Amino acid sequence: MDKQNNKAWLYLLPAIVFLGIFMVYPLVDVLVYSFEEDYNFASQTYSGTGGYNYAYVLRDPYFLQALKNTLILVAITVPLSTGIALLISLALNSIKKLKELFQTVYFLPYVTNTLAVGLVFMILFKKTAYTDGLVNLVITWFGGSAVDFIDGPYWAKMFVLCFYTIWVVMPFKILILTSALASVNQDYYNAAKIDGTSKLRTFTRITLPMISPMIFYLVITGFIGAFKAYSDAVAIFGTDLNAAGMNTIVGYIYDMLYGNSGGYPSFASAAALILFAIVLTITCINLMISGRRVHY
Amino acid sequence: MKVVLDHLTKIFPNRNKKGSDVVAVSDFTFEIPDGKLIGLLGPSGCGKSTTLNLISGLETPTSGRIYFGEDDVTDLPPENRGIGLVFQNYALYPHMTVRQNILFPLQNLKGDARLSKEVMEEKALEAAKLVQIQDYMERKPAELSGGQQQRVAIARALVKMPRVLLLDEPLSNLDARLRLQTREEIRRIQRETGITTIFVTHDQEEAMSITDMIVVMSAGVVQQIGKPQDVYDDPVNLFVAKFLGTPAINVFEGRVKDGKLYIGEDDVLDLAGSDIFSEELQKADRPVWVGIRPEGFIPDEAGMMNCGLTAVEVMGRDTSVVCTHSAAPGQSIRAIIGAEYKVDESKPTVNFRLRPNKVYLFDKETEKRIY
Repeated sequence: MDKQNNKAWLYLLPAIVFLGIFMVYPLVDVLVYSFEEDYNFASQTYSGTGGYNYAYVLRDPYFLQALKNTLILVAITVPLSTGIALLISLALNSIKKLKELFQTVYFLPYVTNTLAVGLVFMILFKKTAYTDGLVNLVITWFGGSAVDFIDGPYWAKMFVLCFYTIWVVMPFKILILTSALASVNQDYYNAAKIDGTSKLRTFTRITLPMISPMIFYLVITGFIGAFKAYSDAVAIFGTDLNAAGMNTIVGYIYDMLYGNSGGYPSFASAAALILFAIVLTITCINLMISGRRVHY
Repeated sequence: MKVVLDHLTKIFPNRNKKGSDVVAVSDFTFEIPDGKLIGLLGPSGCGKSTTLNLISGLETPTSGRIYFGEDDVTDLPPENRGIGLVFQNYALYPHMTVRQNILFPLQNLKGDARLSKEVMEEKALEAAKLVQIQDYMERKPAELSGGQQQRVAIARALVKMPRVLLLDEPLSNLDARLRLQTREEIRRIQRETGITTIFVTHDQEEAMSITDMIVVMSAGVVQQIGKPQDVYDDPVNLFVAKFLGTPAINVFEGRVKDGKLYIGEDDVLDLAGSDIFSEELQKADRPVWVGIRPEGFIPDEAGMMNCGLTAVEVMGRDTSVVCTHSAAPGQSIRAIIGAEYKVDESKPTVNFRLRPNKVYLFDKETEKRIY
């Protein structure tokens, strides 16, 4: 038995070593930094320990703005993208003609470069000296007044960011949901048909519970992904997100690490741990709910 | 409720342009009497499941009509036909308890047909009691054994008191012992409810043991319809003869000549002077397929049928003699003999005489029965 154990550890060693060096050690390090005041990478010194970093970050208006942006982004994009993805998957599942074509079309954003997509969004939304952008053209066509989506009011910028995020995360969700829908045994639908189940009832009582594990998987990963949003905002608003008022928590952490020549690793670590705490809490709540609602 | 199938045909168009259409069911005409248990029997791909789907309404026939009693149901959707269907894999909703599964069909009823909650519960319990699953009402299907799941599926199909109950390979997912038990159970439930029941199976033993009538199908065409024993005793063609009975019938190449039946060189049966063989056959000179049921052999030193002996398997009640014959190349012949006969295993050959009523002759070309 002991021999067996030693062997097992031997086989696990490569993974443990790599995980230890590149995952566990940095994580612990971040935790340590977050309690060390004014830590400096170059000199490896700090002036004291305590909760000052957290207090600073939580009072920093830039962080609060980033937190607010992130929460709005999460609250809007996760339910919307999952819901729309479900609708599109249902539609894809029920058509026969051109099904493959549409599946490919809906999957394209997934394989498209984030920054290239950002460029497309610029063309769609950005106001320049020469043009108001495609979307504004449509708005004025219908008699509305042009809005500056990139440098304009907060809600317009948030709209573009949410729109972009939803569009980018959609393909993966559609992929997962179409395969989940396709894997529901046709016999369940036949049984429901014979019992005269209405379409709506078939969906709510059979389809939805059957694919609920996948939906919860998507919601949880969606939450985590949206909390970690950063590159999307950069793609649209450029690197100076604080100036645009569109920073996210990860963006804030990044700025703290590398911004302003030298950076503030202690503040960055504290912000990272706050983000971690939020994500952990939300995921736990999610799992608790799904434990009650997902049936098998 | 009697079920009438009138020239029922289902053709599946070929998927790609090449190749021909698949005729799954061809010109099926049959009147299933009220309150009977009917078995649709055939090898896989013979169209029996398609027939069931046509009756249930999950498939629409290419031509032909279906009547339940006097009602033409051909154009009705499944939910308006008043059927209960038990799927091969039971198709129980895994996220619902047994109670919820059985209640589900009732909860779908709308308008005047909708029952009060109490009546629904009562009916569900009644159905559960009928299949003896009432102690497991709050369990999920995954927490039940295969046989119990089967019962729940039957209860769900019965709870609306369908006019016709359809079972698709109901026993194929059960182990051998449970299968025996469950088929008795299906018989009992069918008798108690008196609902006309049609079930599909590829297992001839299953079909023969519990049905009032069996329909033997092959390649979409009905071969024979009748009481199980009648079909066994009196097969219309070689296919039916081969398909029914375990061990299977032994088939030889033979010849009728000068009023005698020859298998290879052995003149095994005297047709002349017998009143069971037609005069025409007694005078004929033609090649035939000879089918002999395993119980048609009697070991007899003076018997004309000479076979090479392979093995003698004693199985308690009776003995199975495995042997070979030059007129049946490549296959072993199995004879079941009563315990009162002894076969000397040390000898290389064994001689049989035949029971004439267990010998069937089929046309060499059409494989139709000629005697």
